[in-house]
Amino acid sequence: MEKIVKTFPGVKALDDVDLEVYKGEVLALVGENGAGKTTLMEILNPHPAPTGFYQQESGKIYFEGREIKLRGPLDAQNVGISFIHQHFNLAPNLSVCENILLGREPRKGGILGIIDKKKMKETAADYLSKLGVKFSADTPTGDLGVAQKQMVEIAKALSVYAKLLIMDEPTAPLTDNEVDKLFAIVNKLKKEGITFIFVTHKLNEVFKMCDRVVVLRDGKNAGSIETKEATEETITQMMVGRDLKMFPERKTNIGGKIFEVKNLTREGLIENVSFEVKKGEILGLYGLVGAGRTETMRAIFGLDQLDKGEIYIDGEKVSIKSPADAINKGIGFVPEDRQSQGLVPLMSIKENITLPVLDRISKSKVIKGEEEKRIVGKYIDELKISPGEPDSAVKGLSGGNQQKVVLAKWLASCPKILILDEPTRGIDVGAKAEIHFRISLLALQGLGVIIVSSELPEIIKMSDRILVMAEGKITGEFLSEEATEEKIIGCAVMEN
Amino acid sequence: MNLRKIFKFREAGILFALLFIWVVTAILNPRFLSSYNLQLLSRQIAVFGLIAIGETFVILTEGIDLSPGSVIVLTSVLVASFISSGMGVPCAIFLTLLVAVVIGLWHGILITKLKVPPFIITLGTFAMGRGLATVITKGQPVLNLPDSFSFIWHGMFFKFLPFPVLILIIVSGFSIFLLSRTIYGRHIYAVGGNITAARLSGINVDSTRILTYVLSAVMAGIVGILITSRLGQGNPNVGVTYEMYAIAAAVIGGTSLFGGIGTIIGALIGAGILTAVWNSLVLLQVSSYWHQVILGMIIVVAVTVDVLREKTKGKGG
Repeated sequence: MEKIVKTFPGVKALDDVDLEVYKGEVLALVGENGAGKTTLMEILNPHPAPTGFYQQESGKIYFEGREIKLRGPLDAQNVGISFIHQHFNLAPNLSVCENILLGREPRKGGILGIIDKKKMKETAADYLSKLGVKFSADTPTGDLGVAQKQMVEIAKALSVYAKLLIMDEPTAPLTDNEVDKLFAIVNKLKKEGITFIFVTHKLNEVFKMCDRVVVLRDGKNAGSIETKEATEETITQMMVGRDLKMFPERKTNIGGKIFEVKNLTREGLIENVSFEVKKGEILGLYGLVGAGRTETMRAIFGLDQLDKGEIYIDGEKVSIKSPADAINKGIGFVPEDRQSQGLVPLMSIKENITLPVLDRISKSKVIKGEEEKRIVGKYIDELKISPGEPDSAVKGLSGGNQQKVVLAKWLASCPKILILDEPTRGIDVGAKAEIHFRISLLALQGLGVIIVSSELPEIIKMSDRILVMAEGKITGEFLSEEATEEKIIGCAVMEN
Repeated sequence: MNLRKIFKFREAGILFALLFIWVVTAILNPRFLSSYNLQLLSRQIAVFGLIAIGETFVILTEGIDLSPGSVIVLTSVLVASFISSGMGVPCAIFLTLLVAVVIGLWHGILITKLKVPPFIITLGTFAMGRGLATVITKGQPVLNLPDSFSFIWHGMFFKFLPFPVLILIIVSGFSIFLLSRTIYGRHIYAVGGNITAARLSGINVDSTRILTYVLSAVMAGIVGILITSRLGQGNPNVGVTYEMYAIAAAVIGGTSLFGGIGTIIGALIGAGILTAVWNSLVLLQVSSYWHQVILGMIIVVAVTVDVLREKTKGKGG
């Protein structure tokens, strides 16, 4: 691709971007949110959008030496470019083979156009066996797991003889185990001459998987580097264009115990979970999906009823039956998904921040406008929320700023213990660094902080102490000095 | 992007539509401006406005209430029966509104605690309310209401303001205050905007939703009493299709069926437009057979606009 320019009303999303991809390589395309990764890839796979087809305004695309013009998804398919979206394009009500050959069903019976079911099944099964998957081509697609659906997408791409496969955040919905399987398949296909572009956020996977990295920044190509020669720091630096410390230098001031849980149990989900948090301490909680991390936090916050267990705050036993109880007792909870759990997108920054504290800023249920403005202004300044306009709707903010609004919301409730579930998922590196800094500052100010995260570096670098959960139980505890990724994962996958 | 400005603009649009209908009707038939017609018009706006306000509360939390028409007929025959059996008017009104509260609680509790879909539980009341009204009256109107009771509909406040309009002004003022200045209002918008985030913020989501169904039922109860006063009898045939007027007025007024967006002012203008259309069709001597058809078309347009708005919002990000 050469000198691709794409502008949207008001924004130049891509500005003279050149991108070269070599046959049989796995290329990682990285960049902060809004850097233009997705836009660039959409140009290779034009599809109808509210603003018309995605097409470059200037610039040329070459494929195998020849210039190509892409005007619709079929054009891309015909030259051999396939695109696998983060959200799959599969019909859940159809069977696997019907999905793979959708629109290209083998026919018989001349103009009657009867679908040759037998042939369809065989063809689909062929592609599936190439990928080494175990499910049959008859399975209704809706019954498959995420990883299996991804395999169907790949089989679909193979069935149109794709030579270049673009995958947008392919590992986002997968567990570690499934990620490894995906990588094995990608390696196999690579040897057969298929080229991959991964659009991704996760730098650690870039190193495991990709041959070369291209970094986009502000709609420009900020450089390309062989993964062998790159380190996480060099890539991050290319992404933000400056030196950036992902994790702050931690100063700690750990005091006495302020929070303790004993024998938390929910039948079948968590079992005898006990731990404590000290004033000013950051406790990291790691575990694979389904290990019971989120369930534990939900139970502490009063979202699910416990079968057994006690919760102590400042040495006093408390009973928490609802989130309102938890908030009143001094617990704050930043949930893992800010869009669906943390925010009311239609409401303003102001209304979101004061949602948990309305009782405290009102008199006989009437909200005191001045008091509300004061609190909101304070947190907008402190966390540098942008735009700093209290009345703007949060749905228009960037991911990082939305996360700051969620953080502000819980700081406004003046908690003694702050639980953060995946605090930096899906936000760009700049905002991530800032949120890390903010969290360490909060701990220094005397909050007890619990971070639940699937990102090992985050857990290790941010925490003073680390707990590992597996199958609903706590299976390991480390001080941050002695923790390594190997030790933690060892506890996380411990069988029985 | 300032959301409040968009709301203002949105309401300006429908306000303009309302004024347009008024002006056109007045030009085509000058009797539109007669004091008789204006009184009729304003009282009818009060009827539609009250149920539209109730429905707006419910739709704001992403619910729906199909029962207003049936609550109207049930409360109408109840208040008439109470009074004709010798009970004092204030006491009868109080008792009737209490029944409305119970109906609202019934809806709210089944929806929140037993997870019955709002559509179904209020559809049940839609059938049961009208059925009960017929059972109570055996299909006959309840007569012999005192003259003092007719004041509620026909009375004038300070000789210029029809009494139902006064009730509408008071209820609207209360509702606007509730939604924009109190904790309850903030909770209603939050529940409609994102129920999970609302729950995680410590909001008692269930009682917020129950409150909206109670408010809706009480509004229908007030309208039931107004209509009984107008007719001078408790009639088991009133209030037919009023749930449709309530939903239509709310949606025309810009309340989103997806929850979280909408205002009382919008609901009032929506009620104004419905009333204006209905009044103009009468004044312009359009056959009454066509009224339902035209009303249906207006609803389809209003809902389609709402759906399109939601769609572009999703894509625009």
